Amino acid sequence: MSGPGPTERPVPADAAPEQRAADIQPLTVDPGASPDAPAPIAPGGMFGVTGSGDTTGFGRLKRQPWEVPGAERPFGGYFDELVDALQAAYPDFDAAVSKIAVDRGELTLHVRREHLLGIAAALRNGAALRFELCSSVSGVDYLGLDPERLHSVYHLTSMTYRRRIRLEVAVPAEDPHVPSLTALYPTADWQERETYDLFGIVYDGHPALTRIMMPDDWDGHPQRKDYPLGGIPVQYKGATIPPPDERRRYS
Amino acid sequence: MSAPTDGPYAPSRPTTEGRVYNLTGGDFDAVIDDDTLSDQRIVLNMGPQHPSTHGVLRLVLELEGETVTDARVVVGYLHTGIEKNVEFRNWTQATSFLTRADYLSPFFNETVYSMSVERLLGIEAPPRAQLIRVLMMEMNRLSSHWVWLATGGMELGALTAMTNGFRARERCLDVFEMITGLRMNHQYVRPGGVAQDLPDDYDDTIRGWIKEMRTELVGVDKLLRGQPIWVNRLKDVGWIGVEGCIALGITGPLLRAAGLPWDLRKTEPYLGYETFDFEVPTDDRGDSWSRFVVRVAEMWESLKIVEQVLDRLEPGPTMVDDPKIAWPAKLSIGPDGLGNSLEHVQHIMGGSMEALIHHFKLVTEGFRVPAGQVYTTVESPRGELGAHVVSDGGTRPYRVHFREPSFINLQGTATMSIGGMVADVIASVASIDPVMGGCDR
Repeated sequence: MSGPGPTERPVPADAAPEQRAADIQPLTVDPGASPDAPAPIAPGGMFGVTGSGDTTGFGRLKRQPWEVPGAERPFGGYFDELVDALQAAYPDFDAAVSKIAVDRGELTLHVRREHLLGIAAALRNGAALRFELCSSVSGVDYLGLDPERLHSVYHLTSMTYRRRIRLEVAVPAEDPHVPSLTALYPTADWQERETYDLFGIVYDGHPALTRIMMPDDWDGHPQRKDYPLGGIPVQYKGATIPPPDERRRYS
Repeated sequence: MSAPTDGPYAPSRPTTEGRVYNLTGGDFDAVIDDDTLSDQRIVLNMGPQHPSTHGVLRLVLELEGETVTDARVVVGYLHTGIEKNVEFRNWTQATSFLTRADYLSPFFNETVYSMSVERLLGIEAPPRAQLIRVLMMEMNRLSSHWVWLATGGMELGALTAMTNGFRARERCLDVFEMITGLRMNHQYVRPGGVAQDLPDDYDDTIRGWIKEMRTELVGVDKLLRGQPIWVNRLKDVGWIGVEGCIALGITGPLLRAAGLPWDLRKTEPYLGYETFDFEVPTDDRGDSWSRFVVRVAEMWESLKIVEQVLDRLEPGPTMVDDPKIAWPAKLSIGPDGLGNSLEHVQHIMGGSMEALIHHFKLVTEGFRVPAGQVYTTVESPRGELGAHVVSDGGTRPYRVHFREPSFINLQGTATMSIGGMVADVIASVASIDPVMGGCDR
């Protein structure tokens, strides 16, 4: 605190004599204190607390960005065999796959978008792979966590070998183009339309990429993280409760 | 009557209300005279508010006479933003939204989501909770198939099938109400286990229910299986083969009716399904009749599983023994419905300050789930129900996506309908058994 020191506070007339303003110790540190004075005790560390020490949940803790680390061989289970077969079926494997992640018993290949069609075709057609079924196409918006924030996520199923694999393609929001899988997996048709509708990922080569969930003239892509949920405050017994996306966040 | 034409524009005449144009005439008569098919080609808009389209489904059919030459399906009329909404609720609250997605199979929605959260947390529900989940899901499979039979029958004009189907489904809902307190939208299966234990008299009630269901199923056979109108409306209608199913992602009874015995309960067992003795019914015709046969056979198989669960149920916890995840209060049914038990309220309000803080934190803030993503599947009455759940380490889901079999299977409508009669479109859509709440989410 800069300035001429603690300000004089008015003393109430009925104040007890021992609480006069002149007796109150100033809380500011004197800048001209001698260097051999004892250093002030650093805050924190009480009761063995680490981190911010906030256990209330109200402190708006900042979480660290998270990322699943790339996996090293052996991946475990059938994953090694699968990746070997895919490497044999798709010679450009090292250029196509930026990361292999194994987490919670699931194999994820992070694929560069130029190679998505090639990888998917190899997975579908390879005799040792046989991923006949494209179970699911969806999107995830990693706003603030990944510069290529829009992820198009594919879950493929091999009915022959009873295996599953996840492909993930990351694109930036400024250039949200991903090749369409409809020629390989016709089931991707509506699912890509849904992902386009809700995330704004543009699937190049899709026969009719139009909105499917929202009305045709809707503005914006609602599942993106920077798209608000919307809602109006609700009055309840005289008090006003804000809409869900404006309430206090604990995480 | 053709009015004299005046250039390229329709003839008009002034009136006291303004100029009135006569839109017949012009060169339109010449156009329709040339086209011999035009008096037969119609574009027919069915729905979204049509009693025969299984909910708010819109079909745009191009017809030549009675034959369908093109069919488009328009969905999205029941989009409620469930996947967006759960991103603003904590992990436990999300079940109350997701149970409403496919409102005819709520236990499947809740279970697949809870299993995903448990995999992210690295925990497993206790054995009794897993058995209760199996019990509820198999009873739910029956109630869902009853609605399929009821609505499908109604759409084909078999009104007794409708009344019988809804009567049988009411019996299922009665059992759900006894166990969960609610007939639909239960929020009974939660991350970590189930909301509360079964009531004391569950065994007798459910065994009585099984008897009722057997009687009703025999009634279906007596009423419909040999009924010529029912047979002729379904046989060779809405055909789709195994290749078509897999290309279009169609799973569940449709795929099994085409001949592939693909049932996730057998192929990728979860919740101990590998230990139950049941068959996967299949048929080889791939038409609406096969789907009828397969679904009715599945109901018999589900009853077998329910009986085995009842034989196996042993006392034990129904929620993980982790006070940082399990809901702090035991729920109980009071005179005004389901709520916190009186003992718990007494404990936190009068007994223990720490318990009150714990209750407050867990109920308002919720628990944290380690960052990561999983994709979990169950075999719902309509096919592979998958949940892609992403956590960023917080107290709310970062992203929940449901791979809804209704949504995916409806893509087969055009394949099943084109080339057939317009009346068969109804039978085909009914045999897909889409639930628009799940399709549009």
